[in-house]
Amino acid sequence: MMLARTLAALGALCLAAIAGPALASGGADIRMEPAPINRLSLESQQRGARTFVNYCLSCHSARYMRYNRLVDLGLTETQIRENLMFPTDKVGATMMVAMQPADGKAWFGVPPPDLTVEARVRGDEWLFNYLLAFYKDETTPSGWNNLVFPNVAMPHVLGELSGANRLVEAQFKDHEEAQAAALAGKGIVVLEPGKDHTWVVKTLAAETPGTLTQAQYREMAADLVNFLSYMAEPNKNKRVSLGLVVLLYLCVLFGCAYWMKREYWKDVH
Amino acid sequence: MAGGGAGDKFVMADDTLDRGKRRFLVRATSYVSAVGVVCTATPFVMSLFPSERAKAAGAPVDVDIAKLEPGQKIDIEWRGKVVWVINRTPAMLGSLPKLDPKLADPNSNVSQQPANCKNEHRSIKDNVLVMIGICTHLGCSPTFRPEVGPADLGPDWLGGFFCPCHQSKFDLAGRVFAGVPAPTNMPVPPHRYLSDTQVRVGEETKAS
Amino acid sequence: MQKLLTWIDERFPLTALWESQWGKYIAPKNFNFWYYFGSLAAFTLVIQIVTGIFLTMNYKPDATKAFESIEYIMRDVSWGWLIRYMHSTGASMFFVVVYLHMFRGLLYGSYRKPRELTWIFGCFVYLCLMAEAFFGYLLPWGQMSYWGAQVIVNLFSTVPIIGEDLGVWIRGDYTISDITLNRFFAFHVIAVPLVLLGLVVAHLMALHETGSNNPDGVETKKQPKDPATGLPPDGIYSHPYYTVKDIVGVIAFLAVFSAIMFFVPDMGGYFLESNNFIPADPLKTPEHIAPVWYFTPYYAMLRAVPSFLGSQFWGVLVMAAAVLIFFALPWLDRSPVKSIRYRGGLYKGWLAAFVVSFLILGYLGVVPITVWGQFPDSWPVLGSADRATVVARLLTVVYFLFFLLMPWYTARDKTKPVPERVTG
Repeated sequence: MMLARTLAALGALCLAAIAGPALASGGADIRMEPAPINRLSLESQQRGARTFVNYCLSCHSARYMRYNRLVDLGLTETQIRENLMFPTDKVGATMMVAMQPADGKAWFGVPPPDLTVEARVRGDEWLFNYLLAFYKDETTPSGWNNLVFPNVAMPHVLGELSGANRLVEAQFKDHEEAQAAALAGKGIVVLEPGKDHTWVVKTLAAETPGTLTQAQYREMAADLVNFLSYMAEPNKNKRVSLGLVVLLYLCVLFGCAYWMKREYWKDVH
Repeated sequence: MAGGGAGDKFVMADDTLDRGKRRFLVRATSYVSAVGVVCTATPFVMSLFPSERAKAAGAPVDVDIAKLEPGQKIDIEWRGKVVWVINRTPAMLGSLPKLDPKLADPNSNVSQQPANCKNEHRSIKDNVLVMIGICTHLGCSPTFRPEVGPADLGPDWLGGFFCPCHQSKFDLAGRVFAGVPAPTNMPVPPHRYLSDTQVRVGEETKAS
Repeated sequence: MQKLLTWIDERFPLTALWESQWGKYIAPKNFNFWYYFGSLAAFTLVIQIVTGIFLTMNYKPDATKAFESIEYIMRDVSWGWLIRYMHSTGASMFFVVVYLHMFRGLLYGSYRKPRELTWIFGCFVYLCLMAEAFFGYLLPWGQMSYWGAQVIVNLFSTVPIIGEDLGVWIRGDYTISDITLNRFFAFHVIAVPLVLLGLVVAHLMALHETGSNNPDGVETKKQPKDPATGLPPDGIYSHPYYTVKDIVGVIAFLAVFSAIMFFVPDMGGYFLESNNFIPADPLKTPEHIAPVWYFTPYYAMLRAVPSFLGSQFWGVLVMAAAVLIFFALPWLDRSPVKSIRYRGGLYKGWLAAFVVSFLILGYLGVVPITVWGQFPDSWPVLGSADRATVVARLLTVVYFLFFLLMPWYTARDKTKPVPERVTG
């Protein structure tokens, strides 16, 4: 029916319109770098697990993640116990942290959130860019700020490894000029309204080097985000591969059922 | 009745009907569907088995027996059950063969213990008994009566366990006496020695 | 086997029930694509009940444990993740199927005499479904769960005079809390499903009493039966013909369902919202609270209606009216014909306008109200107003006019003569 088809097409158009880009809060526009995450790379996730345990677990818990689940990443329980855990923990335990929420609130203003499903809240791209977007800011309690998460309470824990960035701000009176400058910028770029109807384009410039090169730090960040992505949904790979099998099966079943329907409906004229 | 569409007759069943083909198609679809139904039911059935949390809570428990004196018993918990670890004296061990005639299953033929505990003393090390402290009758926890010839149990009592609920009796290896309500010897859980003074309850062989 | 059947039939109307409800139930032979969605809705109901039961085995309806118990299901329970995704995908698919099922009614005049009660029961099913989804959404106890429930229950507080007390009574507390969670759990797991099942049975009984409609709107039940077969010329027995046809429909539905469930269960944040992976925090309101996609057309209407005489209650009334007006449909439609195939341009135009309004309102309900910016300050009347709000108001009016003008344009519309026999 023409009408039904037209309506279906209209509906599809509407749905397509919904899938537009998300705007950052406060009227700011942000262009982020794509996150080079390969969910199929167990090595990357293993490295990410090590980074997480060494740097993040002292403040952030991952209370829904069991240590022994890490066998998903191709590790044995012995390897997990020896490399990723404190001797007193049992391998079936969850990744809890010693810091009490009250202490976290006192020291940082807000308790560090649990990170088990953070990748489902923020997405891989946001997390990757967040790790790259720290810059030195004397005005904050920690001395750090973040282009992706303005005024974040978290200090740049990986600061020694990545080196320090500084913020580069450019002011424009004209919106078009500001947009052109933003598009021309490299890396993470923020375009936001400034004072007195001006526009500000924010980017980052490397100031002091860290113990890792830029490429090495980016790889570390990518590995960590890969691990966080895995941790948020450990069953994802299994889910996708099972889906392929199921759909294949349903195609076969559909063929049988459709053939059967055609045969019986020969009766009906 | 004005005619509309191609033909007025609705064919229900006549000789042009290919019954064989229909039977085949129904069967084929049924079998393929059955596979799907079984595969779909499987996750639901599997979800009722112990979850990772249950398995973690039921994980093996390590016990330090360095300070366990001869004749002493300690209680630990494994999988929600009480497990006794007893350091038996030579006298206690000596009583075991004397009681053989009074027992229902002196050779532990019924499988209530791991293979390496199917012996007179029902343990890996002769003196250290590791046993689940639950009577095999109806589940009460028997009392530890190591003394010889107490007033209430009579002069023939050489030491063992006495269940207060229905008066079942077991020797110091947990073997059940004949003629009591309990049917089998008390269960010995899988366990292994990590060292001379460390026992891991709940694990029989070294896991990977 | 036959003997067993006879034994049962002497004591319980098993064969009679089978034959009257399906086996020998005579249905028009020309059911098309739009007629799959009734059986698919029933199928989805079964999916939700079965997966729901298994989720209830591991879910904890306690504010301190709920969020954690869902992650427990996703990680620690064998295949728990699959059961959870089935239930979340099923919830959205239920609405897709039900909206398409209702649309079929609009296309072919399924609500017309003598099927008004089938339609009325169906409207009640729709209401129950919305309640079921609303109660269920609080259970994961994420940020969206909590604040969505807070907003919706606050709507009840806008009712004049009794509003405050009504809100407290619904919540069982002065704010959404563990107490609210527990009672919503009881509603979601047992109360509403029982009512839903009863309504579905009533819906089907009413349908079977009048017989089904069809894409041509021809009353096949009124056609004389052929003495040889016992069937009217355009009727066929549901079994085996609609059995085999509906099986194909179910399999196609399962393919779509599985593709979503296995590949994109989040559906970009529309089926499983990102913010709902943050545990509920009564002290922190999320920037952007929106209901799940299937409520968004009504949410857009709610937001579009301005505060009047210091009360937000008018928005609530408009939203309620938008849902309740469906009940009136059998009496608003004054056309001599049932099916859109024989209606004129007026109805087709209004139906298209209604659908477009519904879809765009749905989109607007999802995005922030500032999504299209503002009209220039210099414009009279509309100056500096959010464009989206103005559009939402316009579309709300179109939505209501589809119904309110219906007695007029359906009576005036040019219609084509309805044939005696179905055309396929």
